[in-house]
Amino acid sequence: MIDVKIERRLEQPRWLSVVVPIASIAFSFLVMAAVLGATGHDPLHTYRRLFDAAFAGATAWTFTLESATPLLFTGLAAAAAFRMQLFNIGAEGQLYLGAIGAAGIAIWLGPHQTLALTILMMCLCGGGAGALWALIPGALKAFGRTNEIITSLMLNYVAGQLLTYLIFDSASPWRDLSTVQTRSFPQAIPLQSSQFWPDPAPSGVGIHFGFFLGLGIAAALFVLFRFTRFGFEMNVIGDSPRAARYSGMRTRRKILAVMAISGAVAGLGGASQVGDVSHELDASPQGLQSANYGYTGIVVAALGRYNPFAVCLVAVLIGGLQNAGTFLAGVDFPSGLVGVMQGIILFCALGGELLIRYRVRIPGRARVVAEDVPAAEPEIAP
Amino acid sequence: MINHSLLVIVLAQALTYGTPILFAALGELLAERSGVLNLGVEGMMLVGAVMGFWAVQRAPGPAWLVLSLAVLTAAFAGLLMSLIHAFLVVTLRASQIVSGLALTIFAGGLGLSSYLGNDLGLADVPAKHQLGEIDVFGLKNTSFVGPILFNQSALVYAAWAVTILVAVYLARTRLGLNVRAVGESPAAADSMGINVAGYRYAHVLAGGALAGVGGACFTLSITPGWTAGDSLVGGAGWIAIALVIFSFWRAELCLAGAYLFGALSGGLPAAIEAHSYPGIPAFFKTPEFLNSLPYLVTVIVLVLIATGWAKRRLGAPAALGVPYVREER
Repeated sequence: MIDVKIERRLEQPRWLSVVVPIASIAFSFLVMAAVLGATGHDPLHTYRRLFDAAFAGATAWTFTLESATPLLFTGLAAAAAFRMQLFNIGAEGQLYLGAIGAAGIAIWLGPHQTLALTILMMCLCGGGAGALWALIPGALKAFGRTNEIITSLMLNYVAGQLLTYLIFDSASPWRDLSTVQTRSFPQAIPLQSSQFWPDPAPSGVGIHFGFFLGLGIAAALFVLFRFTRFGFEMNVIGDSPRAARYSGMRTRRKILAVMAISGAVAGLGGASQVGDVSHELDASPQGLQSANYGYTGIVVAALGRYNPFAVCLVAVLIGGLQNAGTFLAGVDFPSGLVGVMQGIILFCALGGELLIRYRVRIPGRARVVAEDVPAAEPEIAP
Repeated sequence: MINHSLLVIVLAQALTYGTPILFAALGELLAERSGVLNLGVEGMMLVGAVMGFWAVQRAPGPAWLVLSLAVLTAAFAGLLMSLIHAFLVVTLRASQIVSGLALTIFAGGLGLSSYLGNDLGLADVPAKHQLGEIDVFGLKNTSFVGPILFNQSALVYAAWAVTILVAVYLARTRLGLNVRAVGESPAAADSMGINVAGYRYAHVLAGGALAGVGGACFTLSITPGWTAGDSLVGGAGWIAIALVIFSFWRAELCLAGAYLFGALSGGLPAAIEAHSYPGIPAFFKTPEFLNSLPYLVTVIVLVLIATGWAKRRLGAPAALGVPYVREER
């Protein structure tokens, strides 16, 4: 057995943090090609079709960016929390709550307000609802020292049940009870067209307002992490909670604040889904609950190494993959390809992480030191 | 008054629906006792389900042989999935949370299980063999307990055996003591000469195998046949993860909890709706509330065990979720 020794690197060269993720993505494409080949699909042909469906032409880009938008939000939400070693797996549920909040306020405001006000209120309520949902595991962690991984995960399912309940099993304000038909077949109250979020289309590529919002959030988070005291304290707490406590940082408040921020960003993702895409609270089994935006967002954040701008890029890449998978789904295209590819990319990225954090040494044969070798004789390195 | 026959149905279904959860939870219990959190249970169950069904459809021979092969195939498929996770977190010291979630996405309803199922042509095809209910000792028709305890599929009884095995293993054997040491303090275990990596690999792989069998419960017994997507397993993997915590990392409590959760997701919502108990407000009778009970209860349990006297006696393995790097000991 080769005894591989690993040593923690004292400093992580900047280039490694960029090269290794890219190399791991490239490696994962190779692995995927092998899997495709082994199961009787032509890898090059499949990749060509994927690329065309995702990135070739204005329509492809439109749908890719539409798929990327929720991933951008959930990716940023996960990145914000994971940076501080707060494993908020609850972005999925926080997104649902954001959608509930945004749809609720839009229904309450009605179609006769200015669009700017509607968007603002939807963002506030959506973000607020997401933040509140995230504060449950946050408070349990800060005050009850309860593991936030499991609590946030469990609350995802509760949120999903809540979403289903509001439309399918109750006479809630979100539900459309206006006609006999809608009373028999449960539906959500749709947003009026005056409430739809803007959808500018520069050079034919439709980009939702939510995407721009997400980019703005990414920039704001970058500034927060890099240039503020809050971000500095986040870094310290993430690296060593004990050191942070000894230096007087309020770790409990930070945990609550970071969970709230993370939940708010995920909630904004839900608001964007309501305002940009579905224009109603989509509680159907084929809607938000099967899209897995929250979990995919964690993949995006991990691949982007929790850097807000990298997360934007990765969100577009993964969004393209999702879009292509949905578009190409059919008899002659392997289904489940998207999940397999995302998994392989992430496995390779996780493996690559090792190279960034640790230096791997494979010890060779020991150099033989001979004291009586004449100085003139050249030394042959083993 | 409680309707007698309805109660029997609910309890019988509790055992049926609780069995896949029990298998997966016992597997996750073993992994977590060695200090490795494996969030990929849902994915492993789905892959076990699809590969078990594939074996049933393709393997020749008498029914009992085919079904046994199918269960073994499912276990092996789950084991292979967990091997990825084990390699990443034990050898490459990757983040256990991200790796587990990656495994769920990789193997899940939108990933490998669908890929394999559709490529192998398993969708919407009637099952050639299935594990039906067996009549144990001819006691099927005993009043009340008959249909509940003596008329279940072989997998239910296998689950009982595995529960006892795991409980005895952890509490009474040398190896079980070692794995508990690895989960509590791998550094101390390492200095005693216990092969930390070896134990972690073994238990994660065992967890994967059991999760695979749990998934096969669905395609071989409960709903014979295969359909693409997550609905086949329907969140049972996540409930299993919750169940391990809910049962304070003890196998015997896993059994009770699995059947409780099985009842909640199986017959209880329908039974309550059928009888419409007047005393309980309507909200608590909705299927959504009952479906969220396992998750809510787990959160409450987690809060309870994190504080006070319960922490040391009933708490999680201390080194759960932390990669072990000997050089940093």
